[in-house]
Amino acid sequence: MSGIRLPRRRRSIHSGQAAAGWLFMAPAIVLLGLFLVIPIAMALWVSVSDWGGRGNPFTGAAHFVGGRNYAELLTGDGLARRDFATSLRNNAYYVLLVVPLQTVVALGLAVLVNRKVLRGRGLARTAFYFPSVTSSVAITVVFLFLFTASGAVNRLLGYLSIEGPNWINDPRGVVHLALSAVGVDSPPAALRSPVLGLDVWDWLSGPSVAMCVFIVLAVFTTSGTFMLLFLAALQNISAEVEESAQVDGATAWQRLRHITVPMLRPTLFTVITLGLIGTWQVFDQIYTGSQGAPGKTTLTPAYLSYEASFTSQEWGRGAAIAFLLFAIIVVMTLLQRMVLRERDTGGRRPRRLRPSATAPKGGEQA
Amino acid sequence: MSPLTFRPAQQAERPGRGVGRRALLTGAGAAAALGVTGCGTGFRDSPAGSGGGQSGGPLRVLIGSSGDAETRAVRAALADWSKRSGIEARLSVAADLPQQLSQGMAAGSPPDVFYIAPEEFAAYAGNGSLEPYGARMYDDFYPSLLESFRYEGKLVCVPKDSSTLALFINDELWRRAGLTAKDYPGTWDELHAVARRLSSGRRAGLTFDPQWQRVGAFMAQAGGHLVDRRGRADVDTPENEKALAFVKEMLASKALAYPGALDAGWGGEAFGNESAAMAVEGNWTVGALANDFPDLKYTVVPLPKGPEGPGTLQFTNGWGVAADSANTTAAVDLVRYLVSANAQMTFAKKLGFMPSIELLDERWRKEFPKQSAFLDGVPYAQGVPPVKGIKEVLAEFGAELEGLAGKKPKDILRSVHSALKAVTG
Repeated sequence: MSGIRLPRRRRSIHSGQAAAGWLFMAPAIVLLGLFLVIPIAMALWVSVSDWGGRGNPFTGAAHFVGGRNYAELLTGDGLARRDFATSLRNNAYYVLLVVPLQTVVALGLAVLVNRKVLRGRGLARTAFYFPSVTSSVAITVVFLFLFTASGAVNRLLGYLSIEGPNWINDPRGVVHLALSAVGVDSPPAALRSPVLGLDVWDWLSGPSVAMCVFIVLAVFTTSGTFMLLFLAALQNISAEVEESAQVDGATAWQRLRHITVPMLRPTLFTVITLGLIGTWQVFDQIYTGSQGAPGKTTLTPAYLSYEASFTSQEWGRGAAIAFLLFAIIVVMTLLQRMVLRERDTGGRRPRRLRPSATAPKGGEQA
Repeated sequence: MSPLTFRPAQQAERPGRGVGRRALLTGAGAAAALGVTGCGTGFRDSPAGSGGGQSGGPLRVLIGSSGDAETRAVRAALADWSKRSGIEARLSVAADLPQQLSQGMAAGSPPDVFYIAPEEFAAYAGNGSLEPYGARMYDDFYPSLLESFRYEGKLVCVPKDSSTLALFINDELWRRAGLTAKDYPGTWDELHAVARRLSSGRRAGLTFDPQWQRVGAFMAQAGGHLVDRRGRADVDTPENEKALAFVKEMLASKALAYPGALDAGWGGEAFGNESAAMAVEGNWTVGALANDFPDLKYTVVPLPKGPEGPGTLQFTNGWGVAADSANTTAAVDLVRYLVSANAQMTFAKKLGFMPSIELLDERWRKEFPKQSAFLDGVPYAQGVPPVKGIKEVLAEFGAELEGLAGKKPKDILRSVHSALKAVTG
């Protein structure tokens, strides 16, 4: 047996590399296994068990209960489902506003600081990046101060003779506020029917005024990071492409719209994906800032999962929330990938710009 | 260098000595009432136990402290007990008590003795994390307080102190509004009237936080409650509706403003910085005001009577003992010391805590004549029902109450009722 195989092995110059490869990967595999795979497996088990938070869940302390924890969240009629629905609504509005805003702001900042004519570019880059490297707890606390009823923001609004709301204590949804401004204060009967334990009317509330503070906070802190990603990508676009467009008589806006942005698509994908994941997982701002208050309008699934586990000792429910959140993130990312890919083959863009859009790929291969 | 090498040896010695001294102490009468049961369990997890050599070792005590004063007072009490028992007790102050406690429980190495809040009590009692030591204690606690620490008929923990709600009145603002001691409100109508009189511009006459922990007092005064005698949800009642309607009415007339609207984090702060002239708060506020607003002059009076007479709420923290503790006997002994009359009176003097045992009633009144309003409320006060899941229900109630001004009381009560019913069965 070995007599046949040995010569083959000797022939292949890759034969020894497999062992070396495994060896080099061993630390990473051990670390990932220990701190990622095992905990995830553990959480998965907890999510289908009745583990009460005492002792090791892999021992007799926990019993298999099937999908009970999930059922409680999705079909039960207790607070669990209602809270979960509320947290999903809050987070959905948060994602809906933060992701596009932070992407656009980051792109804008990147294009701005990428211009060679800009004076003090280094300073501007540092300034825009600064919020990203500051601890989120510290920034959250600063924001809480800025947005108190008599805080800096409301003083500023005061100068413009606008009476600002009591930001972080205001549980009213902005859509509800807008509707009540035009005289719609209570829902028509059709919107009274509950979905996942929450009235349609409540689903449509929009982010609360308090949540808006966290939305601004998120855009403020993450735009810098994504600006950096865009900046790196922008510097990969060769100057000739830009120049040739200029020669063709494209305006600055046209160049941005039809050259820069399409060429940034891989980066755009990365930024939106990271944004989606980060925003669906928002936790530390909520934990330090509001703990779900006012009126549960800043409750998010990640925080709810923590609350269910650590303060209510409903560890199974907490883990189930975490996995539902995971499912949401995966689905969202897949959807987003589909959307971005579809556009690629859609052919709605002017033909003449296509070659330039694929130019860097050719360059990479060479 | 020598202290470093010396200390572990000292620790290793202690457990041995501890057993003898503890036995002595039990006999000596500090805990005479339970001498019989004192040595019930012994060191259950002796060497073979999972504690890994911890058994009989120093006790770990975890508390959520309100500040340096409380930390120092608890540390002093522990040192005192250690001197008597010969067992070391190490204090840790949690930044986030529920989280640190849960971590310890899940890891199988919980602190031996810790604060436990009634809202979280049932969850821990339900998963068996708590050593039910109640039967091994004196029987001098206020009965209403003990109700919060009973699980499935068994007294699991004992309360370490008690607090009730009363009405805080700012003397200066009261006087300036032309009011005298005769005008202290005795009924809802009087409360509403003086609150309206005291509010002006940005200042509210009355403030309290939008949560059951305050509004519940009005429910009690109207004859309402969260659960009935059998422990079943009983929220959606005309009594509770009356209470919420009254609170809503005060909000509408601007006599009452929630602390958030006054730019304050909680009722005590709004009262302290005089953006509200009266507040419904508990005795912890006395300490907070002394710290943050030492010059404020105020009077504490019992809450007004409602349509069904007097009513208030009471709060407490218990001393929890972990079932997984390697040394439950010593832990229970420590608790016994911490709730003893002397220890509680020391806490009262240092921190203003109100004792959890009736024995101290008179001594406390003598010591704190200005705060006797809090003690007056104890006989009729309602506590947090010991129901697993009550914390979320109360959070839901609070969230609903924040929007009380724009909601129908009946709708709020109906939704809270269904939430509570789901957990009480």
